[in-house]
Amino acid sequence: MSAFNAIGEEREIDRDEFTPGVEPQPTWCPGCGDFGVLKALKQALPEVGKNPEEVLTVTGIGCSGKLNSYLDTYGFHTIHGRSLPVARAAKLANPELEVIAAGGDGDGYGIGGNHFIHTARENHDMTYIVFNNEIFGLTKGQTSPTSPKGHKSKTQPSGSAKTPLRPLSLSLNAGASYIARTAAVNPNQAKEIIKEAIEHDGFAHIDFLTQCPTWNKDARQYVPYIDVQESDDYDFDVTDRREAAEMMHETEDVLNEGTVLTGRYYVDEDRPSYSEEKHAVGEMPDQPLAERYFDDDAEWERSYDLLDRHT
Amino acid sequence: MTSDELIWRIAGGSGDGIDSTSQNFAKALMRSGLDVFTHRHYPSRIRGGHTYVEIRAADHEVQSRGDGYNFLLALGDSFARNPKEEAYYGNEELKPLSENLDDLREGGIIVYDEGLIDDEEVADIDLEARAEENDWHVFPMDLRALAREHGREVMRNTAGVGVTAALLEMDLGHIEDLMEDAMGGDILEANLEILHEAYDTINEEYDFEHELRAPEGSHDTEQALLSGSNAIAYGAIDAGCRFIAGYPMTPWTDVFTILTQNFPDMGGISEQVEDEIAAAALALGASHAGAKAMSGSSGGGFALMSEPLGLAEMTETPLVLVESMRAGPSTGMPTKPEQGDLEFVLYTSQGDSSRVVFAPGNIEEAYEQTRLAFEIAWDYQLPSIIIYDQKLSGENTNVDVEFFDRDPSPDLGATLTEEELKEAAHDASGKFKRFNYDEAENNVSPRSLPGQQGGRYLATGNEHSPVGHISEDPDNRVAQMTRRIEKLESIREDLDEEHASNQTYFGDETAEYGIITWGSSQGAVAEAVERLNENGYPVKGLGVSDMMPFPEREVTDFLESVDEAMVVEMNATAQFRGLIQKELGRFGDKLTSLLKYNGNPFEPAEIVEGYEVNLEGEDRQPTAQVRIEPAAGD
Repeated sequence: MSAFNAIGEEREIDRDEFTPGVEPQPTWCPGCGDFGVLKALKQALPEVGKNPEEVLTVTGIGCSGKLNSYLDTYGFHTIHGRSLPVARAAKLANPELEVIAAGGDGDGYGIGGNHFIHTARENHDMTYIVFNNEIFGLTKGQTSPTSPKGHKSKTQPSGSAKTPLRPLSLSLNAGASYIARTAAVNPNQAKEIIKEAIEHDGFAHIDFLTQCPTWNKDARQYVPYIDVQESDDYDFDVTDRREAAEMMHETEDVLNEGTVLTGRYYVDEDRPSYSEEKHAVGEMPDQPLAERYFDDDAEWERSYDLLDRHT
Repeated sequence: MTSDELIWRIAGGSGDGIDSTSQNFAKALMRSGLDVFTHRHYPSRIRGGHTYVEIRAADHEVQSRGDGYNFLLALGDSFARNPKEEAYYGNEELKPLSENLDDLREGGIIVYDEGLIDDEEVADIDLEARAEENDWHVFPMDLRALAREHGREVMRNTAGVGVTAALLEMDLGHIEDLMEDAMGGDILEANLEILHEAYDTINEEYDFEHELRAPEGSHDTEQALLSGSNAIAYGAIDAGCRFIAGYPMTPWTDVFTILTQNFPDMGGISEQVEDEIAAAALALGASHAGAKAMSGSSGGGFALMSEPLGLAEMTETPLVLVESMRAGPSTGMPTKPEQGDLEFVLYTSQGDSSRVVFAPGNIEEAYEQTRLAFEIAWDYQLPSIIIYDQKLSGENTNVDVEFFDRDPSPDLGATLTEEELKEAAHDASGKFKRFNYDEAENNVSPRSLPGQQGGRYLATGNEHSPVGHISEDPDNRVAQMTRRIEKLESIREDLDEEHASNQTYFGDETAEYGIITWGSSQGAVAEAVERLNENGYPVKGLGVSDMMPFPEREVTDFLESVDEAMVVEMNATAQFRGLIQKELGRFGDKLTSLLKYNGNPFEPAEIVEGYEVNLEGEDRQPTAQVRIEPAAGD
């Protein structure tokens, strides 16, 4: 018998199960795009057959970090920029958990940028949702790594001299095997993309555009949007790295000029996930490590058996 | 004819195989029945630069490197460049010989490699005159030529060992056995030829006027030669640790490497990651998901771990971190020991600390306290830190093999099973009260693991309610904070009652003078106390290992029983003395400090001298590089 019976449990799952029984008052502002992520997740998870107790959501700091306060799964609300290293280790320790990491653009692309690059490089099997509103929300409106050039804020009063980061291109170059962009204003697409990301076997990065009505006054920035899969103007092969790169470039060039492209940008089903790679070189146990501690028959090697080389 | 003790120093350039040669020679001495203790001195360079390893061997217990040494094998630095006038590093060709002479005892032996150390240069350092003055016996030999004749130049190490064995009248048997274990084929054959030729040449061509011979001894039980890093890694294995994440940094890399190499065969997972923040965060994530996990670093990397460390405290996630100190601040001296990170490790990270810190003083303690660190971290759901240093990391001593014959303890401590979760408290929404403070025995509220039926909760670095919701409610804050902090009191009681003391006592119990120390300085203090007792001084010693929670009662009893005490530690600001005074709030007028921070560990004689100078109340310092810091009011 497994020590983790919630994992893989097959039953009809109601989306209400993901809403805490005693619902906390959200700290998000009215009209915040973060509600869109929450809603899309609550819809997607039951549809892919996940129940709340087999899901671990790991978040960083910022408005986005509160996601797992309002979503009733196992949750780890970590610290600014550090959701990914915590999440990927939880996945390694118990590969049967459904691990979803989430954070903001400051959290994930700024302070956590290094972890983002390396988690994508290693292609850990998890979903990473970045709430991208191009601003620091929780600290009250400072310029973020994705804020447009020239963006004025209290910390960049003359307008930002920095070119915004290109998260999709960065992710592609770092090695993510599923890359998409969606927006809170596009709920149906968001749900579908989240479902695909969860089912994808590898690092799935979703740049989730979330409007900030409080600190980005032009909160209609992501409307109208164009779905690149639906539009005849954008015909490209999502499994072709070069074509995906070109499309990303196009999006990232025009995002701040009123043209918002969303959809799947890159899908590589062939690339093995990190745990598969690790398994192939003999560095990943067959039995989930976390299970082993509950297994009465588990044999624990001891250091005494290693002493021959020291005598 | 045998001598009381041999302290053999092999010197050369980094990359010349000094380390592996000395390991083998130490093992041969151990196998011949002697107790051994090794000390490594090396520069932060890959190839070239003055490096030496000292092996102390005696027929009795050896707890430190000893004082000075009595046999020098100066191999020559094969990577040395021609020295330029006033070059930074000086004449490296000559250093294996010239740099070491100050510490060579009277009557000692010098063997140097004429093939690499130029005779003309030797004349420049007045070796002949100094040898006469100190009764040194000098044996110049072209070890390089000998090695080249039968094999390759790098085998001059073997020639050096052969010469050593001949001069000390040692049997070659153990050395041959070890060589056969380590190599085979032509290489083994060439090495054996070199070994024998060197041995015979010395016997045939030189007269032995020196008195030094290898001591003789015997062991009743089988011995193993281990470093502190081995002991910590093995303690972790036996505690059920199977997840490690790290980033390379000297001297912590040893523990990381040992576990990484063993884990694949043990069903464990090792991850080398992008930085130390990630390393500690990975260990935390693995622990949260149900593995026994550890990470570690040296001071600079540990600085980055400050964030995940605080998160472990706030989310009450068990975690073991090790910190192998080297001389700081900043990058400091990467390959030199110091005990300068104590205050940093005790208090780093924001807010009040709820962590446990152990500072083992020798190999056995390193093993025991690593196991204890895991046990406490998982029983009490907080981070345990093992603080040690470059000295303990790298020094090898022989330990009774039976010492390690223990059962593993892969217990997850205060973690519930699904059966137990059914009975546990839940709130109205159905969430598990993971941070319950009403019924917390020993201030611990048992946890669930992600994936368990009925255990849903939120772990957060924010202050939180019993189910983990972010909460700034003042009553909840006080209850949660108090519970976390008071765990340390529960642990202190637990350590006092359930475990034999982690503190080590030496010397005459009734003595009126105390020497108190912590961590790896313990061995040198123990020997110093022994010598002082032999010389008729009423001195006793205490080596403290529990840094947090502090062993208040034990240290108070010790200090109350003496008129005066000297605190011995390897740092410049008397950090441990400060801790004693902070924890106990008194004894300021009783405590003197003996401090050393030149990059080398204490030798027992320095502590003896420090004691004598302090006793005499003279207004002078014991040596140029060891400093007395007087008691408050003195």
